Amino acid sequence: MKTLTFSQALNTSLRDSMEHDAKVVLMGEDIGKLGGVFRITDELQKDFGEHRVIDTPLAESGIVGAAIGLAFRGYRPVVEIQFDGFVYPAFDQIVSQLAKMHFRSRGNVKLPVTIRIPFGGGIGSPEHHSESPEAYFAHTAGLRVVSPSNPQDAYTMLQQAIADDDPVIFLEPKRRYHVRGEVDTDLVPEPGSLYRAKVAREGADLTLIAYGPLVKTALDAADAAADEGIDIEVIDLRSIEPVDFATLSTSVRKTGRVVITHEAGKFAGIGAELAASLTERCFDHLDHAPVRVTGFDIPYPPAKLENHHLPDLDRILDGVDRAMRRTAPLLGEDG
Amino acid sequence: MSITFDSSTPEGAEDYLQILAPDGTRHPCPELDHWVEEIDIPALENLYIDMACIRRLDTEGTALQRQGELGLWAPLLGQEAAQIGSGRALEHDDFIFPSYREHGVAYCRGIDPHDLLRMWRGAAPSGWNPYEVNMANQQIVIGAQTLHAAGYAMGLKFDGSSAAAITYFGDGATSQGDVSEAMVFAASYQAPVLFFCQNNHWAISEPATRQTAGYIADRAKGFGLATWRVDGNDVVAVLAATRAALAHVRTGSGPAFIEAVTYRMGAHTTADDPTRYRDALELEEWAAKDPLDRVAAHLDTLGADLAALKERAKQATDDMAAGLREAITTMPDPGVEDLFDHVYSHPHPWLEEQRENYANYLAGFSENVQASK
Repeated sequence: MKTLTFSQALNTSLRDSMEHDAKVVLMGEDIGKLGGVFRITDELQKDFGEHRVIDTPLAESGIVGAAIGLAFRGYRPVVEIQFDGFVYPAFDQIVSQLAKMHFRSRGNVKLPVTIRIPFGGGIGSPEHHSESPEAYFAHTAGLRVVSPSNPQDAYTMLQQAIADDDPVIFLEPKRRYHVRGEVDTDLVPEPGSLYRAKVAREGADLTLIAYGPLVKTALDAADAAADEGIDIEVIDLRSIEPVDFATLSTSVRKTGRVVITHEAGKFAGIGAELAASLTERCFDHLDHAPVRVTGFDIPYPPAKLENHHLPDLDRILDGVDRAMRRTAPLLGEDG
Repeated sequence: MSITFDSSTPEGAEDYLQILAPDGTRHPCPELDHWVEEIDIPALENLYIDMACIRRLDTEGTALQRQGELGLWAPLLGQEAAQIGSGRALEHDDFIFPSYREHGVAYCRGIDPHDLLRMWRGAAPSGWNPYEVNMANQQIVIGAQTLHAAGYAMGLKFDGSSAAAITYFGDGATSQGDVSEAMVFAASYQAPVLFFCQNNHWAISEPATRQTAGYIADRAKGFGLATWRVDGNDVVAVLAATRAALAHVRTGSGPAFIEAVTYRMGAHTTADDPTRYRDALELEEWAAKDPLDRVAAHLDTLGADLAALKERAKQATDDMAAGLREAITTMPDPGVEDLFDHVYSHPHPWLEEQRENYANYLAGFSENVQASK
């Protein structure tokens, strides 16, 4: 067991994956000598060489397209997109090529490409550096989309994503990069556990679903609610596509109430899918309509306004109040 | 004042490398001659037969679409020399990333008629297993495959392989950002990849002059690629240029680019009507530069037995047509269970649910049918 930051856990995970499999190569802008703008690939080029830690031209479509070609050749590329807002030039290569190649080649071509994207806000950046693009990718058949919330999952889930034969969009909550936690690098995960949600805190009154950057906020909200006598079960979704509906349904059937929170906008977001699917699956067990606490449906705002946009502890508690039918919620929104 | 664009195409015999002139005369071509020194009468005859076969393949493809057997077909008529000349220059280990019009290159790879037609019939998303023939499936997103070729070639270089990657695309694709990015990546890593542009002068209804004000090949030079601009209707010149370019990339000298100047004699696809945008006189002009006629004319000057060659060609093309017809009549329709296969490489809970629910839904109909009998 080691104490590592989230970013050190990712770095260690990449190192261990590369040591384990000579076909694993890293690709991205500034990932070599610089170690990436967030230093996730720190020291790796020095230790593995320029052919395994590949500084690329500044062209995101090119990076993903070339990664596809390398995967065609039997490599297992791990792509770093520098910031969430810069992934869009690669959108065609991701949704039309990477996602569909296994299907269109009738299973003959596997593309085990992992695309790491630092995502989400909360770090005071200018525009295009704080986005939450997960719904675009989750909507595309052929992609798997995951997001770890803590250093242990960062370490384990990245190794699992790299080892997966399907393309995986790996969303790293960049405002958690400096969080420290215990990491067991000898942990052998159960097969398939990459795509399972985790009950991060057990509770009886309400199910609170979060992923990536907001799991910590959700746990804090649950602690605060406990002071008011509300017993919240927090679920760390971990896998956004596929969603582990078995774990979610079990919890919602138990509590009868569900609040979903994410940084991305509400309309046609992941919360919409979860609310609809859980209503379909658990309608007879629900005491209240699912409540979503999300970012607004606006372009990501300037840094001095981002704290209004990002769901925080109080907004999550307001959503909890609405789901519990408590009076005088802060926002007064209809669930 | 109105601004007009000159849609005439700047070209002439002096602008590209040529070995066989349209009338069959062989001209000296110092840049290319030594790459085709061994091409004798039997070799020329084989190239002629190849071109005749893919012309027939194309004719049959269009006919099968008109008869409702194929959903769509993308004709290659006019581009036989560009596809056979390049396809016959490749080694088995070289990996091809095509667009959707390279039926002639697929023919060179020995791809089975079933597999050639499967996608066009709508029976499957693609035809063949890429790893069995070292050729990726058809690519319909314009230019996207060029990046895959660049990445594959990076892998070849990392592996120390002597093989090359080759990617096919058209004049229209050169406007796509992916094609430029592919050349940047290939040049940056000096990857062994050959960019093979069939400039067939038309991207559906838009002339090549809408894509570029100069020569496409000149653009590749700007990316630092070794470049050949060749008469794409001259199979010997295309063969020679492709061999030269492949030799260049195999020796680690970096990527290469060929602009094969040819012409799309047919429609963009069977859904297209080129009479709406194209002058019949232009077709006549290019018909006079036919890829097959010039090889026959040249063989005639060499004293070859043309009558025997035409007889051989008839036999080979009839066999080709019969094979395609047989493939269509014996091709099974896909089963509904194929809908959910291969979306992921291992089971996906949501999809398994949809598969099961839909199977139950369909089974409900058959029970109703049973009950009503």
